[in-house]
Amino acid sequence: MVTFWLLAPVMVAAALGILFARKAVHAALLLAVVMIGLAILYAVQDAPFLFAVQIIVYTGAILMLFLFVLMLVGVDASDSVVETIKGQRLAATIVGLLFGAVLVLGVAQVTIGATVGLDVANADGNVQGLAQLLFSNYVFAFEATSALLITAAIGAMVLAHRERLTPKQTQADLAAQRMRDYVDHGKHLGPLPSPGVFARHNAVDTPALLPDGTPAETSVSRLLVARGTVRSAPALADDIDELTRSMREEGSVRPGAPGESVPPAEDENDEVK
Amino acid sequence: MDPTPFLALSAILFTIGCIGVLTRRNAIVVFMCVELMLNASNLALVTFSRVHGNLDGQVGAFFVMVVAAAEVVVGLAIIMTIFRTRRSASVDDASLLKY
Repeated sequence: MVTFWLLAPVMVAAALGILFARKAVHAALLLAVVMIGLAILYAVQDAPFLFAVQIIVYTGAILMLFLFVLMLVGVDASDSVVETIKGQRLAATIVGLLFGAVLVLGVAQVTIGATVGLDVANADGNVQGLAQLLFSNYVFAFEATSALLITAAIGAMVLAHRERLTPKQTQADLAAQRMRDYVDHGKHLGPLPSPGVFARHNAVDTPALLPDGTPAETSVSRLLVARGTVRSAPALADDIDELTRSMREEGSVRPGAPGESVPPAEDENDEVK
Repeated sequence: MDPTPFLALSAILFTIGCIGVLTRRNAIVVFMCVELMLNASNLALVTFSRVHGNLDGQVGAFFVMVVAAAEVVVGLAIIMTIFRTRRSASVDDASLLKY
């Protein structure tokens, strides 16, 4: 019973959190808390098989599916606060609370007979007992379940399938397209330059510098440029100027740039090359 | 162990899920609240199974889990399809079945 009283407040709080969380991801994670709590309550109530299934199926499979779809739909898609029907939210809350009150009162008024406990039923083991029931009394329901699962899998595939409207581009098509671009616009045939040729740190966000010191725009991923995480190229060119100058002036003495870790000397030579 | 607190917790969780379904606008969150309601009923089933001393309740909970899994798969696929055409996962936007 201690487990119950420890878990119940946490679970109710997490469930309320699902109600009030603005972001769907937070709701999903709170739902995971509720489900793990439920799994532990199953274990407390002599249902070890359901405990395992709850964790594997609910927190493992279903919640991951939820998170997957959330990531596909866009994590930042939050709820709209606008009410389509006026007063609907308030009315729904009141009706819901009334329903809950009726439910809890009903449960409180029912006298449940003495708890028998599962010691006898679980005598051969919980899983064995469940299997005995599943394959005798419930065998038709079990068969129907398999049909249901297959239908669900096919349904999901049909719904998620998208007809291809344009023919698939093969590698030969891409090569021909590249050649056409070269003939028509004089676009460079080879691969794009790699970033960070003059890098002083983790380099994908640093554009390569052309021989005249200007940054090569194509050497950094377009995505990084759009996000604005690319180190500004002119500043970088200044850095390199400064570096080469200080090397020329001081010879073997290392210029310690403030706030930055000093790269080893071999790296610097590589950079200047 | 007295079963009443378990049943009360189950009722509370079911109510919270119910209110969530009625008030939230994001289809995925609505779906999560449906899952919460299914889970709450599972808790009641397992508790009753213990009260009555046979495993039928647990078999019922097991079937609920299977159906929930199938339902989630199809439901999320539908949400994905709606999102693909409407660029929104809000239940208010999908008020017409066709366009």
